[in-house]
Amino acid sequence: MANPLQVAAEVVSLQPAGAYHHLVLRAPGVAERVEPGHFVAVAIGGRDSATLLRRAFSIHRADEAAGTVEVVFAEHGKGTRELARVRPGDRLDVVAPLGTPFPVPSGPATALLVAGGYGSAPMFALAERILDQGGRVGFILGAATADRLYGVDQALALTPDVVVTTDDGSAGTRGLVTGPLAEAIAATGAQAVYSCGPMAMLRAVTEIATAHGARSWTAVEESMACGVGVCMTCVLPVVGNDGVSRFVRSCVDGPCFDGTKVRWSDVGTIPADVEGAAAMGVR
Amino acid sequence: MIETTAAGGAASTTQAVGGPVAAHQVDMTAALGRSSLPNPITTASGCAGYGRDLAKFFGLDEIGAITTKTIMPYPRSGRATPRMAETPSGMLNSIGLQGSGIDAFVAHELPWLAQRGARTIVSIAGERVEEFAESAARLTGVPGVVGIEVNISCPNVADRGLVFACNPATSYDVIRAVREVADPALPVYAKLSPDVTSIVEIARACVEAGADGLSMINTLLGMEIDTTRLRPALAGVTGGLSGPAIRPVAVRCVYQVYAAMRAGVMPEVPILGMGGIRSGLDALQFLLAGASAVSVGTVIFNDPGAPVRILEELRDALATRGFWRLADAVGAAHR
Ligand SMILES: Cc1cc2nc3c(=O)[nH]c(=O)nc-3n(C[C@H](O)[C@H](O)[C@H](O)COP(=O)(O)OP(=O)(O)OC[C@H]3O[C@@H](n4cnc5c(N)ncnc54)[C@H](O)[C@@H]3O)c2cc1C
Ligand SMILES: Cc1cc2nc3c(=O)[nH]c(=O)nc-3n(C[C@H](O)[C@H](O)[C@H](O)COP(=O)(O)O)c2cc1C
Ligand code: FES
Repeated sequence: MANPLQVAAEVVSLQPAGAYHHLVLRAPGVAERVEPGHFVAVAIGGRDSATLLRRAFSIHRADEAAGTVEVVFAEHGKGTRELARVRPGDRLDVVAPLGTPFPVPSGPATALLVAGGYGSAPMFALAERILDQGGRVGFILGAATADRLYGVDQALALTPDVVVTTDDGSAGTRGLVTGPLAEAIAATGAQAVYSCGPMAMLRAVTEIATAHGARSWTAVEESMACGVGVCMTCVLPVVGNDGVSRFVRSCVDGPCFDGTKVRWSDVGTIPADVEGAAAMGVR
Repeated sequence: MIETTAAGGAASTTQAVGGPVAAHQVDMTAALGRSSLPNPITTASGCAGYGRDLAKFFGLDEIGAITTKTIMPYPRSGRATPRMAETPSGMLNSIGLQGSGIDAFVAHELPWLAQRGARTIVSIAGERVEEFAESAARLTGVPGVVGIEVNISCPNVADRGLVFACNPATSYDVIRAVREVADPALPVYAKLSPDVTSIVEIARACVEAGADGLSMINTLLGMEIDTTRLRPALAGVTGGLSGPAIRPVAVRCVYQVYAAMRAGVMPEVPILGMGGIRSGLDALQFLLAGASAVSVGTVIFNDPGAPVRILEELRDALATRGFWRLADAVGAAHR
């Protein structure tokens, strides 16, 4: 994982972006450390805030020259509602960059980037990396409704290969992002599929990618108390290189995982063969 | 049973006298019976992992000691997720003591900590008395280890799943067994649960069994119900409440036990105080209540640099109150 910093970041701007908010933070020293797939953990309120746990957001963009990092977030509950009220000039205590980023192919490769809602936020910087290596990218961006899509224009600025889906058909094709996936892999010859979004989506994307001979890299959103690897709240059952399944921390060993290693259907349970299950009385 | 809140006994000793002291002049040494730490700040078990990830934020040798996540004799997966729920000024957790077992811990984690000059208090647990002893014995002569914290706040399999620390007899049995096999050079701290009728009674049983010190407090049993799913928020249904929300309970526990020691109800041993410490002044409250050192827990999730920040804030707080020595503040609220 990255070597994170804890900094008092200055709010540069907060703008609406469809159903979301686009937040730009000046965070000295952070931008140069960011790789696509890293996240930030933002403290809510001041030193005496009753909201103790930080909120995690994927880093959308990091601009080394400007010293800024950007996130795109949805108002969900108490913490994100409060975050949506910051003003330029306000200070936010952030810890970043955190997590293990997406692996980027070292040479020219073809990749499909599949995202649901704000899950597309980290995908554009990733696409730029892949293009920089002489590779090719295609996007499948989906959301429940048209206003919950994020970054279709940014995707189109990078490649004409952009497919949009919405659950209600208010933009693009009606249906889920997984609908056009198999065909897109076949059409582009993609070797890798990167995805970010809800668990059920990541699981389905991994199954389709694997069935069509592509590698699958996913970014998960498991709820996190610390974000830095010390509390063990954020674990997922993951198969290790030695074939042994363990509960691994999604904040430091993820959030980006090889999708075929995550035991998606066992998330939220204690599989009997996960290391240490016997001690929990699970057999 | 005397559950006293009155400060009886010994006459008051050195107190804050004269004007403020320069912060750098304050002697921060934490006296812990036969042993001592260069300063009174430790991390609370389960809130600092095994140290590696926190070492990205500060030097582990800068604080008095690092207390590691409770380790069992064998690997344990811990509970299913979700394992946490945020609550006002706190959180609930139901990790379920996930860990890779004492052998891997001794082989991989302790040498790494020793190399960094960290002083390590190892938290151990078991589901049976023998399992506690098994882990304790494995720590004999291991470099860098400065104490054993016995987490008796986990359920006892042999006793219908009841928590050891809720009963003086089972607490006594565990501490006795650990003290018998543990390296005589290592102090043994009993970590107590606040979820009991009389914490003094449990504390006394632990000290009579040979505990060299007491760690107070572990989390309080709590529960949160998700009003959208209409189900318990945690997979484990109930969880441990921690964070600033529990601080008044923790300070009360330390105060009561220290008062009982002063009143001669039980032998005097050092207390490691914890529960909701977020600032230097919070830490000072614990010292004034009777703690000789303090552990910083949940607030690390909010501020990974908190242990060193709190150390500096505590140093300043002592200085402005005219304390030349941290030790002089210990128990001062009773005088
Ligand atoms: C690695 C990672 C990257 C993320 N990236 C983004 C992003 O780019 N944009 C975005 O809008 N959201 C993102 N999320 C989700 C975001 O963290 C939650 O929406 C946010 O924490 C909700 O906080 P709240 O106070 O509004 O909700 P509350 O329900 O009040 O939060 C209560 C607790 O639950 C946790 N929590 C609630 N919802 C989620 C969730 N969906 N995922 C994880 N924890 C949750 C909170 O962190 C908090 O500890 C990401 C989460 C993770 C783990
Ligand atoms: C996520 C989490 C995990 C914990 N794990 C342990 C543990 O393994 N062993 C233990 O003795 N206490 C454990 N605790 C309790 C803490 O060590 C501490 O006693 C308690 O949280 C009160 O302090 P705090 O409010 O400063 O966190 C844990 C607490 C939290 C929040
Ligand atoms: S969130 Fe604490 S270990 Fe991952």
